[in-house]
Amino acid sequence: MKRTLLRAAIFVAVLLVIYGLGVACEAGFTEYVQRIVLLAGINVILAVGLNLINGTTGQFSIGHAGFMAVGAYGAAYVGVQLAPVAHRALGTGAVSNAFSFNLALLAGALFAGLSGLIVGLPSLRLRGDYLAVVTLGFGEIIRILFNNATFLGAATGYFGDDPSGLPAYTTFFWVYAWVALIVVLIHNLTFSQTGRSLTAIREDEIAAEAMATPTTRLKVTAFAISAATAGIAGGLFAHMQAGVRPEDFRFEKSIDMIVMIIVGGLGSISGAILGGIFVAVSLELMRDLQQYRLVLYALLLIVIMIVRPQGLLGRRELYQLFRKRKAGSGLESSR
Amino acid sequence: MTQLLQQIINGLSLGSIYALIALGYTMVYGILKLINFAHGEVFMVGAYTGYYSAGALGISAYEAQHRDFPVYLGLIVLVTAMATAALLGVLIELLAYRPVRNAPRLTPLITAIGVSLFLQNAGMLLFSPNPQRYPAILSEVRFEFFGVIVTNIKLTIFVVALCLMLGLHLFVQKTWTGRAMRALSFNIDAAKLMGIDTDNVIRSTFAVGSALAAAGGILFGLDQITINPLMGVLTGLKAFVAAVLGGIGSIPGAVVGGLLIGLAEQLTAGYLSAEYRDAITFVILILILLLKPEGLLGVVRVEKV
Amino acid sequence: MRSLRRTFISGICLAAFGAVGCKKSATSTSAGGSTAADRATEIIIGHYASMTGSTAHFGQDTDRGIRLALVEANAKGGVLGKKLRLVTLDDRGDSAEAANAVNRLIDVEKVSAVLGEVASSLSLAGGRVAQRRKIPMISPTSTNPKVTEVGDYVFRVCFIDPFQGKVMATFAHDYLKLTKIAILRDVKNDYSIGLADAFKASFLQMSGNVVAEQAYSQNDTDFSAQVTAIRGTGAQAIFVPGYYSEVGSIARTAARLGLKIPLLGGDGWDSPDLFTIGGDAINGSYFSDHFAPDVATDKAKRFVASFTTEYGQAPTGLGALGYEAAEVLVDAIARAGKVEPTAIRDAIAHTKDFEGVTGKITMDAHRNPLKSAVVLKIEGGKAKFETSIAP
Repeated sequence: MKRTLLRAAIFVAVLLVIYGLGVACEAGFTEYVQRIVLLAGINVILAVGLNLINGTTGQFSIGHAGFMAVGAYGAAYVGVQLAPVAHRALGTGAVSNAFSFNLALLAGALFAGLSGLIVGLPSLRLRGDYLAVVTLGFGEIIRILFNNATFLGAATGYFGDDPSGLPAYTTFFWVYAWVALIVVLIHNLTFSQTGRSLTAIREDEIAAEAMATPTTRLKVTAFAISAATAGIAGGLFAHMQAGVRPEDFRFEKSIDMIVMIIVGGLGSISGAILGGIFVAVSLELMRDLQQYRLVLYALLLIVIMIVRPQGLLGRRELYQLFRKRKAGSGLESSR
Repeated sequence: MTQLLQQIINGLSLGSIYALIALGYTMVYGILKLINFAHGEVFMVGAYTGYYSAGALGISAYEAQHRDFPVYLGLIVLVTAMATAALLGVLIELLAYRPVRNAPRLTPLITAIGVSLFLQNAGMLLFSPNPQRYPAILSEVRFEFFGVIVTNIKLTIFVVALCLMLGLHLFVQKTWTGRAMRALSFNIDAAKLMGIDTDNVIRSTFAVGSALAAAGGILFGLDQITINPLMGVLTGLKAFVAAVLGGIGSIPGAVVGGLLIGLAEQLTAGYLSAEYRDAITFVILILILLLKPEGLLGVVRVEKV
Repeated sequence: MRSLRRTFISGICLAAFGAVGCKKSATSTSAGGSTAADRATEIIIGHYASMTGSTAHFGQDTDRGIRLALVEANAKGGVLGKKLRLVTLDDRGDSAEAANAVNRLIDVEKVSAVLGEVASSLSLAGGRVAQRRKIPMISPTSTNPKVTEVGDYVFRVCFIDPFQGKVMATFAHDYLKLTKIAILRDVKNDYSIGLADAFKASFLQMSGNVVAEQAYSQNDTDFSAQVTAIRGTGAQAIFVPGYYSEVGSIARTAARLGLKIPLLGGDGWDSPDLFTIGGDAINGSYFSDHFAPDVATDKAKRFVASFTTEYGQAPTGLGALGYEAAEVLVDAIARAGKVEPTAIRDAIAHTKDFEGVTGKITMDAHRNPLKSAVVLKIEGGKAKFETSIAP
């Protein structure tokens, strides 16, 4: 009972802090910086979700932009359909907007999770780079399907019936509330019994199987969860952009996500968070370079892989880094 | 009927180009277990080398419609492009792949994606993003059989592709290096113990594969009229799918896979809808990996614990 | 050995960064914010474009046109006693980056007006930002009607799809007397899709027949399947509302496969590359455009000449429209009498009979230009005036 109360108090406190930070951010920053902050939050969701499958479980998806697209289109479409219903039931105030927005996000996550299940069930039998190529293939197929879906606006993209686009529901508060929720969920999952089984799959799938770990079921579950988080990010992205278009979910987007998780360190949640922020900020800082920007971006990727393939943090978490300094104990064993 | 035949001929010529590129994928994967994502860009650089060297030899796009250039000039262009690409392939291996060769398998994969991205964007800087009309190394002659049109360009593609594939076959089967390559793809550690200089063999594999891709690039330019710095992205992926379809590590498999992918793509575009011509390749990839992951002509290898 | 290689690679990277740094300082395009002192002597104009990615050639073409217009305006002493400065930001063809870029132009560069994008879907993303921030934006080349419906701060200087589609349908039906037409559209381009739809609707209304509909994707190079499929349908012409980069190849594929019917298209064809890629095969085809090079006004001829001297090649349609958008903007700033977004917006909205390179421009109430279209015929590797169509 006491524990529940404490948790509820922490929950409320976190929401309040996010709300306060959001107010501060809107007051203190230009709209340009605010957008980068939102984008960084969305990236963090993407990275933390992708890290679950690529880092923790050791399976490799390079087509996650496809799931993000499913989430984005799903949330946008459901949101547009839902808004009049919510307005009738709850009025046109903030409550009604928040209700239909979050329901739309969940719907997008559901669609993305389901498509993750559909993709994952057959293909997770494959290992390593074959799986990578299949996910790439699925990502492209999903994009091509959206590109030809006339009821979703085909190449122009989908933005409801109003030319000014989807309502701009994606605020600092909602992005970071979702970031907090997803980080906590994924963190708890990673350090649970299930998470250890996932790590076992990464380390040695055959040995894990020999230890009676239901490898296929776990891999598919992790994949679906990862796809669903990408879906949430997609829904937030759609409502930030006020619209969705198929060309935003090209292979390059999947590469961006890969960069996020390898910069920070594959298998580290705090690393994924840092990586998500890094990509949002660095792409922005390099914008001046124009045609040279992507050349440098690619070089950066190569150099990281050669010089420090384990990323900034390796598989460690940020707090483990400090613990090491204090106690001087081995990190991998402290898990 | 004529339409079907025409589509089949077009599909086969596209497919032979895919096959040439697929050979590089299959050889590298067979030995290093690395999907060399940058291979499509080597193909692109090969095509551009051909473009510029033809220009340097005085073969321009416009005049050639009315003027024949001697065949040996075409051969010079081909050889220059193949040599440049081979050099590029070796460089990529040396600078990007060798340092991560012993890292976990996904590290080289990401490195390969990085190299591919780098070459695409560097290509846009160097060659301009505008598509370029390919120089008419061959002046076009059309033959018509019962309404089906075959150009001398298509015939050249078949002949050149066939010669190169036969040459590769002989190389792999008859020469010492070829035998070493097969040994490496069978078991790289055992090969090393047998005193094979594995670094050297891997280098030759990259060189040969890249040279073939460059030849594919020139044939592609002749056939498809224009080239652009992003031409390697999808073509490369399709060629990779061709290699997987035929059975990765298998040279005849890459050829069969390439032809099948070319046909499938062309028939989808002609009879179903061109919107799905790229999607069909990925559908084939997914189906083959799920149903017969070793590919049509591949050998089943049991994974040992 | 290993450390040696590392040093080597780091060296390459450093060199690359260094090279970029030099390049950056040389062009003066670069950003990094402008100070109040700058703004007292300068008018800053933003351009967001895909300078990288698969549509980089479109972005770069447009940017050249805009740049030339501003250089020329500065040579004449600038506007309101101030020099014009262009800040171009890359969006790599991505809508999130397009919106970021526009925000950055407004917040960091403090631009007074924004020019951009080629693709309508990107202009929508950037236009929404401009609209919300109340900064006027002119899209040089986005033809989807929805773009300017975003709000009263978003303008364009190009045709809209329904207009141009109707022009070509009328031309095909009434002038060429064709009844059976095949359509080959680029499904990755909203321009191509919109124009194809508009053409089809108009042509069907005139009781013409669309005998085949085929598709391709931008950056495709192989069109033989589509052309082979069209060959069997008895079409008298193919409507290809795409960009020059693919149309030339399509024409040559058709010629190679023995299909001797004209191609019809829109202003996306306008580029010297069309003739170099298409060669003889493109002769005898028609496309709609803003002006005819052979009967052009002096102003248009001067533009073509100075563009060619500046960049070593003739302008594309995108370059011309970029130039035009910048000119309309400069004219509006001069008429507004002050560098203030709302005043500039009002001045753009009141643009009337402005003598642009692509014709006389008057903004209508929906912020679209009223301009006339001409149809050009390609003969001997040149586009020549054929007729003008008032739909």
